[in-house]
Amino acid sequence: MPLNEKAPATRLMQGNEASAEGALAAGVRFYAGYPITPSSEIAEVLAYRLPAFDGTFIQMEDEIASMGAIIGASLAGAKAMTATSGPGFSLMQENIGYACMAEVPCVVVNVMRVGPSTGMPTAPAQGDVQQARWGTHGDHPIIVLSPWSVRECFDLTVRSVNLAEKYRTPVILLMDEVVGHMRENVVLPDPASIPIVNRVTPTVPPEWYIPYEDNPSGVPAMSHFGAGYRHHVTGLHHDVRGFPTLREDEVEDLNKRLFRKISDNLRDIQQVEAYALDDAEIVVVAYGSVARSAKRAVVEARAAGRKVGLLRLITLWPFCRRALERVFPQAKVLVVPEMNRGQMSREVKRVNQGRAEVRTVNRTVGRLIRPDEIMAVF
Amino acid sequence: MKGETQKAYDYLRHDKKFPHVWCPGCGNGIVMGSLIRAISKLELSKDEVVLVSGIGCAGRITAYVDFSTVHTTHGRALTFATGIKLANPDVKVIVVMGDGDATAIGGNHLIHAARRNVDLTAIIVNNNIYGMTGGQFSPTTPYGLKATTAPHGHVEHAFNISRLVETAGGAFVARGSIYHVNLLDQLYKKAIAKKGFAVVETMSSCPTHFNKLNLMGGPVDSMNWLKSHAVPAEKASSLAEEEVRGKFRIGVLADRDIPDYQTEYEQVRLRAREANGYVLDPKEISKLLESYQCY
Repeated sequence: MPLNEKAPATRLMQGNEASAEGALAAGVRFYAGYPITPSSEIAEVLAYRLPAFDGTFIQMEDEIASMGAIIGASLAGAKAMTATSGPGFSLMQENIGYACMAEVPCVVVNVMRVGPSTGMPTAPAQGDVQQARWGTHGDHPIIVLSPWSVRECFDLTVRSVNLAEKYRTPVILLMDEVVGHMRENVVLPDPASIPIVNRVTPTVPPEWYIPYEDNPSGVPAMSHFGAGYRHHVTGLHHDVRGFPTLREDEVEDLNKRLFRKISDNLRDIQQVEAYALDDAEIVVVAYGSVARSAKRAVVEARAAGRKVGLLRLITLWPFCRRALERVFPQAKVLVVPEMNRGQMSREVKRVNQGRAEVRTVNRTVGRLIRPDEIMAVF
Repeated sequence: MKGETQKAYDYLRHDKKFPHVWCPGCGNGIVMGSLIRAISKLELSKDEVVLVSGIGCAGRITAYVDFSTVHTTHGRALTFATGIKLANPDVKVIVVMGDGDATAIGGNHLIHAARRNVDLTAIIVNNNIYGMTGGQFSPTTPYGLKATTAPHGHVEHAFNISRLVETAGGAFVARGSIYHVNLLDQLYKKAIAKKGFAVVETMSSCPTHFNKLNLMGGPVDSMNWLKSHAVPAEKASSLAEEEVRGKFRIGVLADRDIPDYQTEYEQVRLRAREANGYVLDPKEISKLLESYQCY
């Protein structure tokens, strides 16, 4: 680095703060939320910061209202986000389904705590993995990402916003209490270097605009309210013009397109990190803060001469099947440590089809799984 | 077609949207006509109006009119509307809900929207029952009457929607009815023009379910009931209590000049810019991003 250039500032910050900064960098200009531990810092930072960006922070009366407000803001053209934790995430499910159906870009951060119910509000868990996938009623695709470090809270918030805009879908960022509250020294990227994706807007004259018309990408152009492209948005099954329909062919076209726009783009959406996998006979599959313990376990086992590797899932849904397939056939054992009773190991077993032995490490006692607990099953 | 008929026609969608789902004798068509006339008199362009609705019979209005329209989830119309208005203050946001939609499942959102005083217009079509799902009681079903979920008589007491909103803090509260259509046009017009949260409770009827279950006759009987039970607000105060018992006031019930949410929030934006240490070009985003500090 030339001497006259300023070194990038190192900042000590929390995962929740990094997520809020990531939202600002990604262009989020509307945030609606309701206080809940352990996610509240995201709301607090954005309440302080967003108005200076000409954005809007609003504290709503509950999480249902928060989700409704970000969908409304997104329909009006803003990049919009909310953040919550388990009980609030449960309340948001109905409107998350609406955003899937009406194809409204938005980001929901869920900083996971121990459930069910009020559970342990200040303690970490990963119990919402299947809820993030299937929480709202009816069949629908969804994108879910999970960070393991403070810097990644920043990066994946940016990525969540970008994916939401690109595919016109809600994106769930599944953090956990450890990642959200942990403080690390981070160097944030130069704002100019951050890739920003904006939704595709219509270029045809308004009278030609067909709001839900299929195209090769499966993602229709989106006009915001007030831009002169009057159209109808509904959570009912709708035809290409957005109006309610019960016609089997129109319903099926919509269903297929909603799935196709995600499943045709798995290479773009799915992200994993491989560590020491080349010759690994024991492969740990982990995500979120637990992957930190898993990496330590792998490093120590390698030092002891064991052929162990780590496949870290960054995209949780759609499940990274292709990445897991690559560890066969030399993998004899798959180890899946999770702070739940086996929500992702069930998916690993489905793909494994009996090829390797799957061992699980499950803790739901409100603390991070330790490396030695993972090494105990190597 | 001439005059008002032509005007209504001009504001309806003409691609594939009719017939509508409403029953013969339903008040929702009258509400739609009134709303169109009010918007037309205010000379709002179709492009600057966003109409938001909830779920239920009244919620179907959004599919028929030629504005930007959102048919939201049950009870949540005001939350969507809040997001739309705050993200794009240039549009006029009008919300149409039924009584169950607005005051049961959406009751919390209603009182908070009123308290927050976001610049929205909310039309609450009150037919005292859940029509679309088949005649179950709502928070405005009168005590003692019947519904499919109160087959032995209703033992709960009804909300007074207008008073509820007035107490919660709305800038403008009015009540009209589908019988008093000229007044309804005026009330909608005033509510839409009002800066702040404005509610018009619109007394309507449901001949299909409410009247059938309570032996109240057909649509004409409903109209007669509305006619004989409405008392102009300006008259009501001079009448004896016995004369107004069981009746409802119509007209403007509250009209207050209080700053709306956005006006207040502009102050927040100014203070935040000062706190972040920058003079005031929101486009200088990278500067702002670098201004991270501990809180």
